[in-house]
Amino acid sequence: MKHPYAITLDVGTSRKNLTGSWRTLRPEYVDRLPPCNNACPAGEDIQGWLSHAESGGYEAAWRALTANNPLPAIMGRVCYHPCENACNRASIDETVGINSVERFLGDLAIEKGWQFALPATESGKKVLVVGAGPAGLSAAYHLRRLGHWVTLREAGPLAGGMMRFGIPKYRLPRNIIDAEVARITAMGVALELNSKVGDIEKAMVDGPFDAAFLAVGAHIAKRAYIPAAGAAKVLDAVQLLRSMEGEAPPLLGRKVVVYGGGNTAIDVARTARRLGAQEAIIVYRRTREKMPAHDFEVEEALEEGVSMKWLSTIKNIDGGTMQIEKMALDEKGFPQPTGEFETLEADSLVLALGQDVDLSLLNNVPGIVIENGVVKVGPDMMTGRAGVFAGGDMAPSERTVTVAVGHGKKAARFIDGYLRGQPYVPAPRHGLASFDRLNSWYYEDAPATVRPMLEAARRVQSFAEVQGGLDETNALYEARRCLSCGNCFECDNCYGVCPDNAVIKLGAGNRFRIDYDYCKGCGLCAAECPCGAIEMVAEAI
Amino acid sequence: MNEMQKLKFYQKGTLTVGNRLVDEASRNVQASLDRSNSLTCGHRACQGCGEALGARYAIDAAMRASNRNLIAVNATGCLEVFTTPYPETSWQMPWMHSLFGNAAAVATGVAAAMRVTGKPATRVVAQGGDGGTTDIGFGCLSGMFERNDDVLYICYDNEGYMNTGVQRSSATPPTARTATTPPLGKETGNVFGTGKFVPKIAVAHEIPYVATASVADLHDLEAKITKAMSMHGARYIQINVPCPLGWGAASHDTIRLARLAIETGLFPIFEAEHGRITHVRKIRSQVPVVEYLKLQRRFAHLFKGGVEDPRVARMQAIADRHIAEYGLLEPVAGAA
Ligand SMILES: Cc1cc2nc3c(=O)[nH]c(=O)nc-3n(C[C@H](O)[C@H](O)[C@H](O)COP(=O)(O)OP(=O)(O)OC[C@H]3O[C@@H](n4cnc5c(N)ncnc54)[C@H](O)[C@@H]3O)c2cc1C
Ligand SMILES: Cc1ncc(C[n+]2csc(CCOP(=O)(O)OP(=O)(O)O)c2C)c(N)n1
Ligand code: SF4
Ligand SMILES: [Mg+2]
Repeated sequence: MKHPYAITLDVGTSRKNLTGSWRTLRPEYVDRLPPCNNACPAGEDIQGWLSHAESGGYEAAWRALTANNPLPAIMGRVCYHPCENACNRASIDETVGINSVERFLGDLAIEKGWQFALPATESGKKVLVVGAGPAGLSAAYHLRRLGHWVTLREAGPLAGGMMRFGIPKYRLPRNIIDAEVARITAMGVALELNSKVGDIEKAMVDGPFDAAFLAVGAHIAKRAYIPAAGAAKVLDAVQLLRSMEGEAPPLLGRKVVVYGGGNTAIDVARTARRLGAQEAIIVYRRTREKMPAHDFEVEEALEEGVSMKWLSTIKNIDGGTMQIEKMALDEKGFPQPTGEFETLEADSLVLALGQDVDLSLLNNVPGIVIENGVVKVGPDMMTGRAGVFAGGDMAPSERTVTVAVGHGKKAARFIDGYLRGQPYVPAPRHGLASFDRLNSWYYEDAPATVRPMLEAARRVQSFAEVQGGLDETNALYEARRCLSCGNCFECDNCYGVCPDNAVIKLGAGNRFRIDYDYCKGCGLCAAECPCGAIEMVAEAI
Repeated sequence: MNEMQKLKFYQKGTLTVGNRLVDEASRNVQASLDRSNSLTCGHRACQGCGEALGARYAIDAAMRASNRNLIAVNATGCLEVFTTPYPETSWQMPWMHSLFGNAAAVATGVAAAMRVTGKPATRVVAQGGDGGTTDIGFGCLSGMFERNDDVLYICYDNEGYMNTGVQRSSATPPTARTATTPPLGKETGNVFGTGKFVPKIAVAHEIPYVATASVADLHDLEAKITKAMSMHGARYIQINVPCPLGWGAASHDTIRLARLAIETGLFPIFEAEHGRITHVRKIRSQVPVVEYLKLQRRFAHLFKGGVEDPRVARMQAIADRHIAEYGLLEPVAGAA
């Protein structure tokens, strides 16, 4: 082609001009760890399953959720949801109701009869799981998913552990436990009830088993020394709550005193009210702020007419009369006796002072280390005896259902590695998607959905469930409140805001790609990404 | 679901460019896989150029609205220079360069040509910078308005003559430093009491449609272009497009600055039809002007030595006046 005067190039598109060479910083798509996931003791990918729920893909959401936790309907009721305490949305309005969406999915799965997939291949390895509480159930489920043969041996007449013989029905209806346990046994987990393991070494040999996971919980009530005279009726909380699952409800009388300040004390007092006690009084040696019980539980108990005596200890008991000594907190926050006394009349006293672990099945096992009454385990959940792992309340940790489920999962992965002779190496964790990494402009205000609660007056008349669930419309709304911290939710912002048209949209579900031929590295995509999923990285020049 | 929940159905993604939860047809043009990219890659605009972004936003929306039957006439200025250094062009559409001051008149001619050659479906936009629009091109523009010619004129307002090295225009705000047109006297920065706000003058022409828009609010911008394209006669849209170079700002702050210009009240966003204001975009959460000014070196002298210049308060007064004049704040619940 003949060019006009002073022109040397053909007419054409500017796409020949590769402006990517201007760049000193390059945008890169990243996935960051949402704070909810980071805080979840069960290691759930909360943001991941919420994103399925957001588009109405409830079954996909449930499957993503149960990849880590097989008990969503239970968790959606009793988990203390540390995820919500960490949720970034609190800095905008209120945290996402993660727990309520979890319950919605769990209940929907039960209603629809969704089942777990069976393992694709069988390893031929046999694992013994001792104790069918949340830790044992979780381990059994994950081991089975990985293709191992699992025998789940339980001392009690039913599975569930403290979820069934501790947590009262008004917080966790038993048909929920039954449904979620049945789904695990349907995978081929052999559940053996009324089969207490007395000697783990012997059980391993008898099986024979290639590995074992112990999750016997903590069931021995701690006692306090209280001098008692006369016909004082003194019970312990574990025994009382366990008897709630029996034929005849325990007789507590009109006026019940509960000694302790934890969740168990609260559950006992609320149970006593439901059994007809006119008065249920919690006696605790420190203040309300120092109570280990969660504030919402204390609140619910107060609503139900439970009364509290803070800064008080029980000195002795004589028939129906107790001597209470008033306490005062010292500068360090410890309760100290004041020498001031009062008396309290009651028909019964229930001690809710915590539980110890029955470790007798480990007698004479070489290598086992017991510290502070619990079994020492390594970062791989293995005890000092090769091939024997342990978790849940019997291992050092916070004692919650969620931690127990997390232990079960973690142990299952390490047991799998142990059995295959290829130690399990956890994937490296992504950097945290903290609030300062988000561009919160793009999120609109949306107040949290409040879950319905049974009226206090009706609560004490029966053991009906106190807290209601969400229905499909508000569960969808609640899921959509999630900010998707640290993970692309395909909002098209990067694709839109690039002045150089250098972001390529790959279509639904496939996210985006930077066209480095043209990206000048201005950083607008990273600055305007709502969820902090783009990072600017220095270009090697 | 209660009313509140219905209203805020897309609490994640209502303000973003796209939203995977919204059906394809109701998403923004910029979110679509097949947007026309009228202004494509390889152009030579600075990193983070607000004008390049604003032009693609606006013209892609006009392309969709006209079924891709559109001609653009472009005044001299950055947009013309960075897209079309002969023999290269970034425009994927019929596009012609006029002169610095006559884009409105040339577009009028193109529109007339389409009419007489029997192509009434072919629509015409004229576009230029604030200098080409509010200064040298203003006579042609006022004529186009007054004759109600069938042209949509889009002004990319970056508050100065950027292409020639940052000179003052009649859209440059008070106190902003320009590179080569300093005022006389000791004080750095443009003086108070000068300049003009052309959208208001356009409204006074009582043309069918006038609007202001911003690269910080794509939903609003696309809706306005689409509405303007649904009408005939003279239409005018002025888009606030931050200029990292001329404003002395970080390239990644372009949209943030445009957003702050809205949220401070410095750049009022409204819409008018036939001489009357019909809609005002409210401030979402009000921000003091300091937060806007501090991000830009053109205002750095206002904060020298950690002391705030009294002129900052005068800038705040301008924002406050806009807020009062256009009613930019949501009425407080309970207030009379
Ligand atoms: C009253 C109460 C309320 C609680 N409320 C909550 C709550 O709301 N949320 C929460 O997160 N946590 C709560 N917890 C704590 C939670 O229940 C426990 O942390 C959790 O159940 C521990 O799980 P685990 O699997 O380790 O043990 P467990 O649940 O105690 O299960 C252990 C199982 O092992 C069986 N077992 C014991 N020894 C043997 C043996 N030798 N052979 C075979 N089987 C054996 C037991 O029968 C039992 O079924 C509560 C606890 C109590 C007591
Ligand atoms: C008649 C005439 N005078 C001066 C110029 C030089 N000139 C080219 S672009 C420009 C400034 C453009 O400013 P503006 O219209 O605001 O556009 P921007 O570059 O800021 O986008 C000037 C002065 C010219 N091209 N024609
Ligand atoms: S907003 Fe969503 S992703 Fe972020 S912390 Fe909360 S639940 Fe997790
Ligand atoms: Mg300009």
